[in-house]
Amino acid sequence: MQVELVSPEAVLFSGECSQVVTRTVDGDIAFLDNHAPFIGALDIGQTQLWADDGVVSLAINGGFVEVSGNAVTILSDGALAAQDIDVAEAQSDLQSAEQALAADADDVEAAATKKWAETRIQVSEAG
Amino acid sequence: MAGGQERILRRRISSIDATKKITRAMELIAASRIVKAQGRVKAAKPYSEKVTAVITNLAGGGAGVDHPLLTQPEQVSRVAYVVIAADRGLCGGYNNNVLRAVERAIAADKSQGRDYALVLSGKKAAGYFAFRGYEVHAAYEGFSDQPNYSDAKAMAETVAELFENGEVQQVQLAYTRFLSMGSQEVAVEQFMPLEPSEIGADAAEDTDGGGYEFEPEPAEILGRLLPRYAEARLYAALLESSASEHAARQRAMKAATDNAEDLKTNLTRIMNRARQDSITTEIMEIVSGSEAMSQDDNDGLEDVIAQSLEGSYAALASDRNDA
Repeated sequence: MQVELVSPEAVLFSGECSQVVTRTVDGDIAFLDNHAPFIGALDIGQTQLWADDGVVSLAINGGFVEVSGNAVTILSDGALAAQDIDVAEAQSDLQSAEQALAADADDVEAAATKKWAETRIQVSEAG
Repeated sequence: MAGGQERILRRRISSIDATKKITRAMELIAASRIVKAQGRVKAAKPYSEKVTAVITNLAGGGAGVDHPLLTQPEQVSRVAYVVIAADRGLCGGYNNNVLRAVERAIAADKSQGRDYALVLSGKKAAGYFAFRGYEVHAAYEGFSDQPNYSDAKAMAETVAELFENGEVQQVQLAYTRFLSMGSQEVAVEQFMPLEPSEIGADAAEDTDGGGYEFEPEPAEILGRLLPRYAEARLYAALLESSASEHAARQRAMKAATDNAEDLKTNLTRIMNRARQDSITTEIMEIVSGSEAMSQDDNDGLEDVIAQSLEGSYAALASDRNDA
């Protein structure tokens, strides 16, 4: 199936894939060829594309996925490929987010920052 | 006397020449930036197209159109203006055209008893409205040259907050649309609430929703998607404005370079004439002096005069060649 990963500033990936795994707000989901039409909101998490020349791993900071007519479109204004991730930055983000959470466990913003930092570290280690 | 004038002219020409070099450089820089800016406008299109397509499908899937961003207000008492201008001048009428259009729209609103709120992008917009005593809600600067998506996001957040708090009931977006290299026009468009027709939400109601599965509920996805749509639209406006800014600057700087060239040609001509005049006067003085002397029949002095005459003629001849 045809897969496109589109950010506001550019098309980050466009090509043929055999499988796509991503994470919607309700949980992980995988798409194979000829998946039924689907629209979902993406959570912060890892997305993997099984392209012809290997698996592409990306960290996605929220977005949307649409599947229709054997084509998957992922829309995200915060997508990073494994090789573009700055691990040191993610580590320091993680630390400051954890400090904020220790002070106020209900800090939604810090929780999201923590999740995004963890996702980046996880993706860069896997990639 | 004439020598002094020549010196002044020479100084003016060299100063015009220096200015010309600067305007020429700015013209070339702007020209190269237009191409880049156009590329960015193009690169941003797929995202906004896809977002629009998803919204259309969602609306078709029964998401409903009761989101705050889609609710038309019953009464408008305050309008927010998002104004996109440049950080720098020297770009012809680019800034003034947008700013005047907004000022006119505000005046028209006032006559209907509506208040205004200003969200500005670009140093020139902030300066213009602050100087005229307008109240500015928020001003952004530093990215008119090359706006990033994060800049659009920050601006859109401020605007959405105003709108969702109910402080304003309508938001207008004023920017410069890039039609082609030679033509850009100011556009003042409704930004919020979004028109259902503009995102295809009304047309899709007839369809069966395309048999989509949704995760989570369509209404919830729409709630997340509409702010992204607003951001993408603002981002597109910022990019188009930046392309227009570079095009306007290129034209303005080309005109300035041409003017400098004309001025230089004219001044050079005047300067050469002044130089020739001073040489002619000098020759006249020498000749009349020599005639007065020759009556005294003084050979030694005549040689000196003949020599100085030759020098003057040579200078005059080379001068003619220059001109």
